[in-house]
Amino acid sequence: MTGDVDMRAPLSLLPLCLDEVRFEVGSRRIIQGISIKLEAGLRTVILGPNGAGKSVLLRLCHGLLVPTSGTVRWYSPELPGAPRRQAMVFQRPVLLRRTVLQNVTYALKLAGMRRAWREQCALEALARVGLESLADHAARVLSGGEQQRLALARVWALRPEVLFLDEPTASLDPGATHEIERIITALHEAGTKIVLVTHNLGQAHRLADEILFLHQGELAERASADRFFKHPTSPEAASFLEGELPW
Amino acid sequence: MNSITEAFAQALGLVATADPKLVDIVLLSLKISLSAVVLGCLIGLPVGAAVAVNEFRGKRLLTVTLNALMGLPSVVVGLVVYLLLSRAGPLGALGILFTPPAMVIAQTILITPTIAALSRQMVADAWQEYREQLRSLGETRLGAGTTLLWDLRFSLVTIVLAGFGRAASEVGAVMIVGGNIDGVTRVMTTSIALETSKGDLPLALGLGIILLSIVLALNAGAYVVKETAQRRYG
Repeated sequence: MTGDVDMRAPLSLLPLCLDEVRFEVGSRRIIQGISIKLEAGLRTVILGPNGAGKSVLLRLCHGLLVPTSGTVRWYSPELPGAPRRQAMVFQRPVLLRRTVLQNVTYALKLAGMRRAWREQCALEALARVGLESLADHAARVLSGGEQQRLALARVWALRPEVLFLDEPTASLDPGATHEIERIITALHEAGTKIVLVTHNLGQAHRLADEILFLHQGELAERASADRFFKHPTSPEAASFLEGELPW
Repeated sequence: MNSITEAFAQALGLVATADPKLVDIVLLSLKISLSAVVLGCLIGLPVGAAVAVNEFRGKRLLTVTLNALMGLPSVVVGLVVYLLLSRAGPLGALGILFTPPAMVIAQTILITPTIAALSRQMVADAWQEYREQLRSLGETRLGAGTTLLWDLRFSLVTIVLAGFGRAASEVGAVMIVGGNIDGVTRVMTTSIALETSKGDLPLALGLGIILLSIVLALNAGAYVVKETAQRRYG
C-alpha cells in the first residue's frame, strides 16, 4: 500500500472546473452563475454570511446536488458505480447504529476494500483521531466532538483525493474544534485537497490558503488568505470582515 | 355475575392444567400467525424500504395505497383468498383450501401492507437524515435500503409486533379460508367465536386470557429489547 507506485492509479480528479453554475429552487436563485477552478494542494475555504449559498456550492461540487444550469467538471471524473475518490464531512455527522469501528469498516466496504483489510485500516484511522480506545463503543452515544472525529476517521480511512467539509465545527466547543482542525491539517499534509465551508473567521484564518468569498449566491472575491484578510477588494468582503472582527 | 366468575375460574383451571385441546389450539394459532409474520416481513420490509429510498412515477399513489391497505377488512381478504383457492378458482388445483397453509396465505396478505406501510414511513424519515451521507459514501439505492433497515432494526420490532398482533387477533379471514375444522384449522380466535356462540364460556375465556397474555408478553419483551438496544446504540 505504501511507497509502491500503482500503475493503474487513475488520473487525478483535480482540477475541478465549475462553469457558469446556477442553482435555483423554484424562483429562488441560490447560486447565480459561479465559474471557478479548484486546483490540488491549496486549502480552499469558502467564506460568507449565512444564506450566501456556501453549503449549496459545496454540495454542487460533491455531486449531491445537480446544477440548474452550467457544468461541474472533474479533470478525470469518477466512474459511475466505482468507489468514490472524494468525501464530505457534514455539519452534523451522520453515524450508523453500529460500533465506532463498524462505522469506518462500512465506509471501507463501500469503497471496495477487501474484508480482510478493513478492520486493520479502520483501527489505524481511529488511532489517527484518537478514538481507538472507543472502537467497540456504539457510535451514536459518543459526544458531539467524538462523533465528528469519527466522521473524520471514516474519511481518513478512505484517503480521498478531495475532502469537502461543511461547517464541521459549527456546533462544537473550542477544545473539540481545535482537535478537528488538527485532523484537517493532518489530512491536508497527507495530500488530500481540502475544501472547507465556514462562517467562522478565526477558523478561516487558521486553515485557509485561499479564500472564496460568497455573497448572495455570487462569488464576490477570490484571493489568497493573506491578501483577503489584509486587503479585501470587494466591499461585501470588507464589511463582512469588519462586522465579524475581532476574532 | 356468578356465571361469569364461575366461567373465569374454570378458564383459569383449563390454562393452569394446560388442557391438551387448548394447547393444540394455541400452538396452531402461533404457528400460523408467526409464519404469516415471517412471510409478511420478508415481503413487507423490502417493499417498504424500496418505496422509501427510490424516486419513481406513482410513488405517491403506491404510498397512499399501502397506507389504505392497512385498514383492509379481514373478511374481504378471507373472501378473496377463498375464491382464489376454491376448487373452481385459479389456484384451486393446489387443494389447500381449509388447511393451515391457506390460513397463512390469508394472514400474510392481511398484514404485509401494514408492515410495508409502517416500514416505508420509518425508512423514509431516516432516509431524510442519512441520504446525503450515504450518497456521499457512494452507497447504492439498494444498499441504502438494506443499511437503513438494519439501522432501524430496534424500531422495526414495533412494526413486526403490529403485524403479529393483527394476524393473531383477526378472525374473519381464518374462519373463511380455514373453515374452523376441529383439530385441523381451529385457532384461538375462531374457537372463541364458536365456543361463545355455543355457550362454552370457560374455554372461550381461557383462550381469550392466553391470547391476551401472549400479545402482552411479546410486547413487553420487544419493549425491553428496544429500550436496552436504544440505550446501547443510541
